[in-house]
Amino acid sequence: MNRPAKLMIGLLLCLFALVLLWVFHVALTQPPGARLADLALASLPLSGVTNPVTAVLVNYRAYDTLLELAVLLAALLGIWSLGAATPGFQPAGSALAAMVSWVVPLLILTGGYLLWVGGYAPGGAFQAGALLGAAGVLLRLAGDERAGLPSERAQRRLAVAGIAVFALVGLGTMVAGTGFLTYPQRWSKWLILLAETAATVSIGVILAAAYAGGKPRSRASDGATP
Amino acid sequence: MTAHLLYGGAGILLFVLGVWSFLVHEALLRKVIALNVMGSGVFHLLIAIAERGSLPPDPVPHALVLTGIVVAVSATALALAMGRRLEDEDDAR
Amino acid sequence: MLDSLALAVTVPLLAALLVTALPGRVQTLGVIGAIATALVSLRVTVQVWQHGSLRSDPGGWGAPLGLALQADGLSAALLAMAALVALAISVYATGYFREGERRLHFWPLWFLLWSALNALLLAADLFNLYVTLELLGLTAVALGALTGQREAVAANLRYLLVGLLGSMTYLLGVVLLYAAYGTLDIGLTGAAIRPGPVASAALVLMTGGLALKAAIFPLHFWLPPAHANAPAPVSAVLSALVVKAAFYLILRLWLDVFGAIVTPAAAGLLGLLGAAAVIWGSWRALRAERLKLLAAYSTLAQIGYLCLFFPLLQATPEGPARDDLLAALVLMAISHGFAKAGLFLAAGLVQHSAGHDRIDELGGTAQHLPATTFTIALAGTTLIGLPPSGSFIGKWILMTGAIATGQWWWILVILIGTLLAAAYVFRVLSRAFNEAPTPRRFVTQASTEVPALLLALTSAVVLGLGAQLLWRLMGFGVVA
Repeated sequence: MNRPAKLMIGLLLCLFALVLLWVFHVALTQPPGARLADLALASLPLSGVTNPVTAVLVNYRAYDTLLELAVLLAALLGIWSLGAATPGFQPAGSALAAMVSWVVPLLILTGGYLLWVGGYAPGGAFQAGALLGAAGVLLRLAGDERAGLPSERAQRRLAVAGIAVFALVGLGTMVAGTGFLTYPQRWSKWLILLAETAATVSIGVILAAAYAGGKPRSRASDGATP
Repeated sequence: MTAHLLYGGAGILLFVLGVWSFLVHEALLRKVIALNVMGSGVFHLLIAIAERGSLPPDPVPHALVLTGIVVAVSATALALAMGRRLEDEDDAR
Repeated sequence: MLDSLALAVTVPLLAALLVTALPGRVQTLGVIGAIATALVSLRVTVQVWQHGSLRSDPGGWGAPLGLALQADGLSAALLAMAALVALAISVYATGYFREGERRLHFWPLWFLLWSALNALLLAADLFNLYVTLELLGLTAVALGALTGQREAVAANLRYLLVGLLGSMTYLLGVVLLYAAYGTLDIGLTGAAIRPGPVASAALVLMTGGLALKAAIFPLHFWLPPAHANAPAPVSAVLSALVVKAAFYLILRLWLDVFGAIVTPAAAGLLGLLGAAAVIWGSWRALRAERLKLLAAYSTLAQIGYLCLFFPLLQATPEGPARDDLLAALVLMAISHGFAKAGLFLAAGLVQHSAGHDRIDELGGTAQHLPATTFTIALAGTTLIGLPPSGSFIGKWILMTGAIATGQWWWILVILIGTLLAAAYVFRVLSRAFNEAPTPRRFVTQASTEVPALLLALTSAVVLGLGAQLLWRLMGFGVVA
């Protein structure tokens, strides 16, 4: 692209930014109606968790979260459809290997902690899943071609488990009569924990598998490939 | 209000910078980064509107940002994988 | 106590999970899942037919705190179209992806895409729409690149990037609306919205972002290569359903969110872009060398026709005349969906049998593949807008509306577009018939040819003759 065109785009975008800033200012100075935040905070005791962000994610807007897990799965399936993963790096030296053997369990432990703490403080399935994914990334960097994950067959099942549990909980509550993804109040805490735990595992597996960058290659130890 | 405008303005700046980079640069990696910068700009704005004075912050935009991040990660991963696939093919020639 | 709206999203989702987890039985599970999904989708349409509209609140909180699913005549009609087209494509795919690795990749992504489509058509929440748009975009891109050829991967990577630019822009508009009105529900936002800079900015950002995804001229550059290089069943779904979904969303926003603030100038601009798309798309289709490229350019033109409705809808006051326009718009969208899906499936068969799809070298196709040629001819009837196709009625009402609102210039555009469409359809057919006839069987491979033929037949005959049902479904009085 030539210089004048770049300059032109730049100038237009500067103008665009100024207009946006003005619009944003106008939006903020409009007389606020009933704030959604008040409603969200007032309904918190009924939601089964005490962290308002977790309440929005897994209760008020749980359906969003269900679809978002599907987006993650779609990305992984898309990556797998492009071909096999590249071979991993060469095995790490002893210092790195020792560090990895320390850090990975720590990451998994911290992931579990974040999952549990998400009920009443910042944390939750996505943060925990991201840590698990990071553990997978570390393992692959240290020479494990498959980022610490099991065979393709098992990866497929782990990757769908989170959405499956979420969707089945939703269908279960529908059949039970409260409505799709509407937790009965007595059960809400445990149903949320169940759905979040499964989601954490799936998110971690999907992130690590996506980092491997392709369909897992089969190993002799896997037995028959599906 | 000033804090809002500073924070929100930074978000708008990031968004517009991302658009600029997306339009001007050819390389895939730059375009993908540009899209992520745009995304960060939008998420910035969401965080900015969550806070209103002395009241407790609005959790809804916070949750939307978390959802948005996951969606952005997924799209980025797919774009990078497709880009690498193209590059591998070029290398093989 | 079954919530059919939630089922229409979860059934294809569960089907996707099953075919992902059990790759050994992908074909059987795929067929069962496709039938189940089509049934739950059609159930929604039947219920809308009986009750007028449906709404459900996943989570039980209700708007504004929770999000809602909603179906009215507009979404129910498109939902039924998507169900029938997708079912036909599924049957075709069982024959097209017979064995091998690609079959394993196709089915899970296919069900995720179907799930995203249904979720998008039923969503009543602006942020939820963003998530469904992304799910739809990612699955469409992954499916489009499934051939693994370099051109396909490159074209779909560009589609992905452009789509992301579009959805980020859309999301920025949503953020502005939330900042000003404090709600994400479509109905509540529509009720609260006031003319002003925020609403105008959101209108521009959201429409612009979606126009990229709907390939509205001049933001269409990514569409022809992406659609022409995808595997045949995927091209069919991209052209018939995915592009329509983005267009549906523009329509939904203009009707339900921005209804109070849209100005004649804004609607006129969209109409003007539509007019340019009709002429440019038809012209390029006429000049295309390959059958699939022709089909892709013709999609641009068809989206253009749909845009022509906006200035007329804006200028027509509430009442039977406006209802007719709206129903005609949906009728044209649905007819085109069926016709284009049939055409792409038929193009895939031609490509498979001849080894290429270059139009000038199609000699004898009609003699070798009679059913496929017949499919192309039927789909062509709809693309031109000949009676008794649904798009004939659509164009008729479009022209009536143009005269009634004094905007006669759109008629010129429609006439030019129709002539060009006739030219490109006959160009294909004339090439297909240039060999001495040899008696062959009408149908050579039932599992792929019959779905394509049924789709084209629906568009050319059934929709035209049964158009009254659409008016009834949308809750309007029957056309005079």
